[in-house]
Amino acid sequence: MTYLADVVALTRKDLLLQLRARDTLPAMALFVLSALVVFNFALPVEESRLAALGLLWVAIVFTALLGLGRTWAAEREQHVLDGLVLAPCDRSAIWAGKAISTFVFLALVELIALPAFSIFFSPVSGATVAGVLLANVGICAVGTLFAAMSSAGRGRELLLPLFFLPLILPVVVGGVGAGATDDPLRYLGFLALYDLLFAILSWASFEYVVTE
Amino acid sequence: MLLLAGVLLAIYWAPEDADQGFSQKIFFIHVPVALTAYACFGWAAWKALRLLLKGDERHDLESYTAVHMGVIFGVLTLATGSIWAKISWNTWWTWSEQQLVLFLVLFLFYSAYFMLRFSLEPGRQRANISAVYALFGVVLIPVSFLAIRLAENFIHPVVFTRDGPQMTTTMFVSFLVCLAGTLALAAALYLNELAGKRIDSRLRELREALL
Repeated sequence: MTYLADVVALTRKDLLLQLRARDTLPAMALFVLSALVVFNFALPVEESRLAALGLLWVAIVFTALLGLGRTWAAEREQHVLDGLVLAPCDRSAIWAGKAISTFVFLALVELIALPAFSIFFSPVSGATVAGVLLANVGICAVGTLFAAMSSAGRGRELLLPLFFLPLILPVVVGGVGAGATDDPLRYLGFLALYDLLFAILSWASFEYVVTE
Repeated sequence: MLLLAGVLLAIYWAPEDADQGFSQKIFFIHVPVALTAYACFGWAAWKALRLLLKGDERHDLESYTAVHMGVIFGVLTLATGSIWAKISWNTWWTWSEQQLVLFLVLFLFYSAYFMLRFSLEPGRQRANISAVYALFGVVLIPVSFLAIRLAENFIHPVVFTRDGPQMTTTMFVSFLVCLAGTLALAAALYLNELAGKRIDSRLRELREALL
């Protein structure tokens, strides 16, 4: 089996699992909708477009966190990871498969969140959509690795937000900047740079994290 | 050896008090401390890289100690920066001071390092995960710096300008002395802490061997 085939097989496994169990995806979708409703009441009456846009990013990051906390649940609870580590494939393929499946979940949730946001608050621009897509790459690349790290410890999901939020701050800056300023390309370029840098780093270091 | 380092420090630190007469004297503490914190994080990442590539367990403790020192100096940077902000702009906190915001982010990130480390069982996996974390931290520094600089554009449309400290030769020299002093202090603390941690882990091994 080639590397690519491994990644495809692992991604398929995660997507199938989600399709059968349906535990994470509906929870994420409901969470993002409720968060938007709460924000509506948290904002002042004469809310600005920019404030609402910022809150959209808060909602996206927290929804991603909710999903990421569950990414390795099956691996830990059912001891899937022990089998995967023994499988004759490159270990970074496990990370890649997980990151891609998480990306799919997040994109599906945003398919609900973005239209909902434009109905509740203000229409989203093309630059924001591009920013969200680029941000997803970074969130999933980094988040999958750090979720694996936090699930290895006793703290489990409790720890993930602690290091995920400071780490993801540049993504929020890039995403908000893309939607809020007249010069979105600069921020999108920054997001792409972040994605590239941290995806390579996560890809390279995943092997060390799962070594027992 | 530690005593020797301490004596050296006293020599290094002594001329610094003489420099305190300068205006913006906190600059001589704040900036070297900040640079030292960066140096500690960089050192931690270097040790982490060595651990991952070579697999030598002793780099784990070294990397951990360096992060420990980095966080201490990071807190000092936050405190001195905050005092400086209070003096020059009459506010304890300003979001337009990029270094300060960067240090807050780094401080939060590296504080979680300890949480992560203490939640893991000691051993190979903990060493690896801590090392990966330290590596991410050092990549996060420039990326966050860039991000905070970019964020200035929409958070603070007006760029906060202030005249930096005028660097005359004497000031620059004393600045260098302070920097060397702080680095030496960090190195001494690092060695001290490392020795302590080594004894600690050795003791634990012995106790386990006894039981």
